[in-house]
Order: sequence, then C-alpha cells, then structure tokens
Amino acid sequence: MSEQQVQEAVYTPAEAQEQPLLSVRHLKIWYELKRFGFLHAGYVKAVDDVTFDLPRGEAIAVVGESGCGKSSLMKAILGLVHPHDGQILFEGKDIWEGGNTAMREYRMKVGYVQQDPYGALPPFMTIRRILEEPLILAGMKNKEERLQRIIRSLEEVKVTPPDDFLNKYPHMLSGGQQQRIVIARALIRDPKMLIADEPVSMLDASVRVEILKLLDEVQKERHLSVIYITHDLSTVRYFSERIFVMYAGKLIEKASTREILDNPKHPYTWALLNAISDPLAENAKKLRDIPPGEPPSLITPPPGCRFHPRCQKAIQGLCEVEVPPHFSVAADHEVACWLYREEA
Amino acid sequence: MMIPSDDIQNKALVVEDLVLYFQLTHGIVQAVDHVSFALDKKRAVVVIGESGCGKTSMGRALTRLLPRNVNRYTGKVFIDGVETMSMDDETYRQQVRWVKISQVPQAAMNALNPVLKLKDQVMEPLLLHEKGVSQEEALERVHAVFDFVGVPDGFIERYPFELSGGMRQRVVIAMALITNPAVIVLDEPTSALDVLTQANIYNVLKRIKWEKGTSFVLITHDVATSSELADDVLVMYAGHMMEHSSAEAFFAEPLHPYARMLMAAVPKLYGEEELQFIPGKPPSLLNPPTGCRFADRCPFAMAKCQQEPPTFQLGDRLVKCWLYEKEADGIVTSPEALAGVSA
Repeated sequence: MSEQQVQEAVYTPAEAQEQPLLSVRHLKIWYELKRFGFLHAGYVKAVDDVTFDLPRGEAIAVVGESGCGKSSLMKAILGLVHPHDGQILFEGKDIWEGGNTAMREYRMKVGYVQQDPYGALPPFMTIRRILEEPLILAGMKNKEERLQRIIRSLEEVKVTPPDDFLNKYPHMLSGGQQQRIVIARALIRDPKMLIADEPVSMLDASVRVEILKLLDEVQKERHLSVIYITHDLSTVRYFSERIFVMYAGKLIEKASTREILDNPKHPYTWALLNAISDPLAENAKKLRDIPPGEPPSLITPPPGCRFHPRCQKAIQGLCEVEVPPHFSVAADHEVACWLYREEA
Repeated sequence: MMIPSDDIQNKALVVEDLVLYFQLTHGIVQAVDHVSFALDKKRAVVVIGESGCGKTSMGRALTRLLPRNVNRYTGKVFIDGVETMSMDDETYRQQVRWVKISQVPQAAMNALNPVLKLKDQVMEPLLLHEKGVSQEEALERVHAVFDFVGVPDGFIERYPFELSGGMRQRVVIAMALITNPAVIVLDEPTSALDVLTQANIYNVLKRIKWEKGTSFVLITHDVATSSELADDVLVMYAGHMMEHSSAEAFFAEPLHPYARMLMAAVPKLYGEEELQFIPGKPPSLLNPPTGCRFADRCPFAMAKCQQEPPTFQLGDRLVKCWLYEKEADGIVTSPEALAGVSA
C-alpha cells in the first residue's frame, strides 16, 4: 500500500450510506476436541450463533465474563480462527473468500490493540522498528516517508517529543506509554476498524483514564469503527455507544449504552450491573446479591437458555427447554430472554 | 513503650514509623517511608495507590516476606498486641507468621502448588504452626474452612488445575484463614477475576470479617471495588502515607489533593462527572524529591511544599499536606498521638 492508497482509506461521507462496515451472520466458532489425537470427542462451542452489525464510525462494546467467548469472537473477526459455520462480512465481502491475498488486504484495514502492553511489544525492538514493520509489510518503500509517518503517529497518541522515543526500547517506557505505542501501531496503517481487547485492564486508574480518553479522541477524529472487548461495564460508558452482553457463547442483550445502564432487561445483565461497585462507603455494610454458580461448560451447554440454571426468574418448562429468540423490547434494544415474550 | 499498653492490646495492628528501603546497585529505593497507622479488631483498612507506590512492599514488611536486598527495615509493628520487629526471623516464623498474621499473595490464583492435593496444602500451615494438631483434627478444620469460604466439600481431594480461578482464590483465602490469625494481608486479591467472581469473593471476605472478627489489610489499586470491604482507607503515594481516614469520610470527601485526583479518575457506573486523570507520573523512589512527593503534579502546590509536610491530624483523620496546616488539630509526632486516633 503506498502513501496515496493509505490516504484514500480515510473516511468519506458517501460510504456511510452503504452497508455496515462489518456484519457477522450466525457465526459459530466451535473448537474440535479429539481423543488420542484423531477420534472426534465433541466441540467446545465458544461462539454459538452470533449475529450483529457494526456500522461505520461507531464504537461498540462486547461485555462478558472470561470464557464467554468474547476473545474467540475477536479472533474470528481478526481472521485468526476459521469459523465452524456462519459468515463474517467486511464491506459486504466474506473475509474467508478470496484466499490469502484477500485476507492480507483485509488485515491491512483492521487494527488490533492487545490487552497487555508489556507482552504485546517485542522487547528487543526499538519503538521505531516496532512501528516501521507494519509499514514495510504494507509495501511503503521510502524510508523517509516511513519515518515521517511514524512521527505523525507518535504525535497522534501523544508520545512527545517523538525524537526522544524513536530509539528507546519498550522496557524504558511506562505502562501508559507502552499502551500508547500499541495503539499507535494499530493505527499506523489507517485501519477502518479497530479491535481493542481489554485495552485498559492492566493499567492504573489515572493512566486508564488517559488511555480511554485517547481512544475516544482517535475514534471520533478518524471516524473509526471500534469493537471494545471488556469485562468491566464501568469503563464502557465513557467510550462506546452500544453494548452487546455475551454469556456462554451467545449474545443475550444488545442495546445502547444508556439503555443498558438505565433499563437492563436480561437477568444476567442485572447481575453484572449489580456486581460492579461505585466507590461508596455503604458498600462495606451489605452483602451483594450475586447469582450462584459459575458459567456453564461450553462443551455440553445447558439446553434452552444457557443462563437458566443460575437464573432466579427462570420459567419452569420453558427456559430449560427452548432457546429464547431475540425479542425486541424497545427501539434498538434486543434481549434473548423468555420473560419478555409478551412485551415484544 | 510510649503507648499505653491497653490501647495496643485492643488493636489488631499498630504500625509505627515503618521504614523499608531496598539496596540497588545504583542507589537506595525508599519503598516504604515512615508509615504509621493503627487498625482496630474486626475492621479492614484498604491501602490504595498507583503501581510502584510501595503498597505491596508495605504488605510484605508486615508479614516479613522480604527479598535479600533490604537496606533498612525499622519501626515498630504490634500485631495483636505483640511487638514483632524486635523478634529474630525464627521466632517470628514460629510465633507470628500464620499464627497472628497471614497473607494472600498477589496473583493468588497461581500461588497453589500444582502437584499437591488441596487438602494437603490447606492443612499444611495448621500442622506447622499449631503444635499438637493431629491429621484427623486438621482435616476436620479443612472441611470447616472450605465450607465457610464456599468451596464444595468434594474439592478437597482435587488438584489446583481442576478448579476455576474464583475457586482457587477461595482456596488460598481458606489457607490464610485456617489458623485463625488476627490479621490477614490481602494483596490484590481479585484483580485477575471477573466481576461476578470478584463480588462473590468480597462477600466471602465480609463474612469472615463479621463472623470471625478477623482484621484485613487490603492492598489494591482498584478503588471502586476496595470500597466493598473498607472501614478505613490509607492512601499511599511514592512510599509516603498521604491520608488515613475512615471509609465514610474518605469516600464522601477525600482530603489530600492526590486522593481527590485519584478518586476523580475512578470510572463510575452512574453519575455524569467527566473522568479526570493526573498529569505527569510518580517520582522515582530512587531519588525522591525532598519536599512533598506529590508537589510536581499537584494543582495546589505552593512554596512551602518544598519542605516535607508533617502528618496533620483533623479529627480522626490524618493527612500529610500543607493545605491543612491551619485547620489541623495538631501534628502527629509521637506514637502516643497516633494511638489516640481511634480508627
């Protein structure tokens, strides 16, 4: 990709009218389990029938506990694991059609911010080399041009003055600066979509705010589509417009951030919100009401609604038999729970 | 001894002028610098601060699990009324560690021995530290403590890898609890866990506090979640204790500028305030600034901040900041005054 092509990748208003940037259709990611290395022994159903659209320029958050399949979903979107079934459409094209060349081109348009900045940056490469590599791979031949681009990128993520940092190694930087470098690396090829996997969970409170603000700025300025993957609902509202709640491989509630916080519908979403503490002294005086048990095994998930064994509102004879469809309870608010079968 | 001994007897933990420095090839790291506080029985103090502020070092100084490069380790620590700093290591091991104070280490999920069954490792502190406990009796106690922290009884024969992270965390807490110590030091007990599991663990800790009367020193950077257990709050910055208040007073209105800015950086589920961050970064503990260590980043800094502020006392709160010089009830100079501050 030359400089000119990179420039073209910047958002133009006409594009917004078209189809969503990314559509995920009935996506299933099942990992096969084998016995003795070749006998089929079942599947781990990490992502089971997930469907959603990501419009251009919107930031969405996927929220769920560990093991709910959010990282598998992310890997599938990055094209790192092959789906068992279903489609991932980027700008209307299935990312798995067209072989390696198409996949390479697709990956040029997607940026990825890892969770742990300490682990994401190679310790033996200077900042300059770390940021230069994606450009070399993109085919930018001119050395001076690459340097200019790196400097601009560092300025964008506010690692200034850039000259001081070019020849440093990751360990010479603080955690916040390292995460900024990770973000700069994700943005250096002007992606259309950014996937951020728990970008702030390893950082201190104050640094966390800086990084959230930076991501927010970058998203607005570049009109990026962002998928923000997290388990922490309290940071979500500062950043994304919509929240998808995921439980045991399924999306169980989709709504705008405001709507989820003010008017949550799914019993699991209630539990998640209930488990988060705001810093108040009263918290220490009472026990929190938490559903018993742990998320189910994804090899043999419970029949019907996967949350029913832990759900206090479970309806006998319905929840454990049939999988709830997505009921639309309000404009832009869908919930997969039988409680809302009449309202919908 | 300057403090009336009654007062000390009634407290779970009294720390006076605790200093812990580490020796590096190019200097001395002042990790814990003259920290003093008292903790009542059946209460929990949370130690909050950014990474590198010395909070983990303080926890380790209390349980005396120190690396080799200690340069200075002085002060007084009374645990359950007994002065421990004057003891040699062997006496400390026999009489204090796990008898009076135990620790749940950082990343406790991975603190279990992978090749031992849970019952064997949970039982171990009991067999080592309580003389005359038979195997059967110890096993009985393991059953009881597992039941208390909510680990299913059948897990006793399992190995750590067969458990989820939350369950492993409960097992480590059970291990710290089994000898019924007066104080448990928790170092980031839930930072690697999911929100629901985290809330569950805090429920367990609250029940331990209420029903067994154990006191906790909770070390964490997660201010919002720490409020689940907090009775007192101790804010550390660059090795200094900046503020010590009751949780009610602290979460309503922090005094120290650093504490205020830290609270403004905590994301909240509800409410409309913008998040704020603290510009700059903490000073190096190798050559910390001579005056107030927060002065460089403080919006209220004045000329006087070039000198190190003393710890001022305002009612039952302690704050190390010149801003409170006028309204303060006094300066905490002697341990006597400190003991008077009933937490």
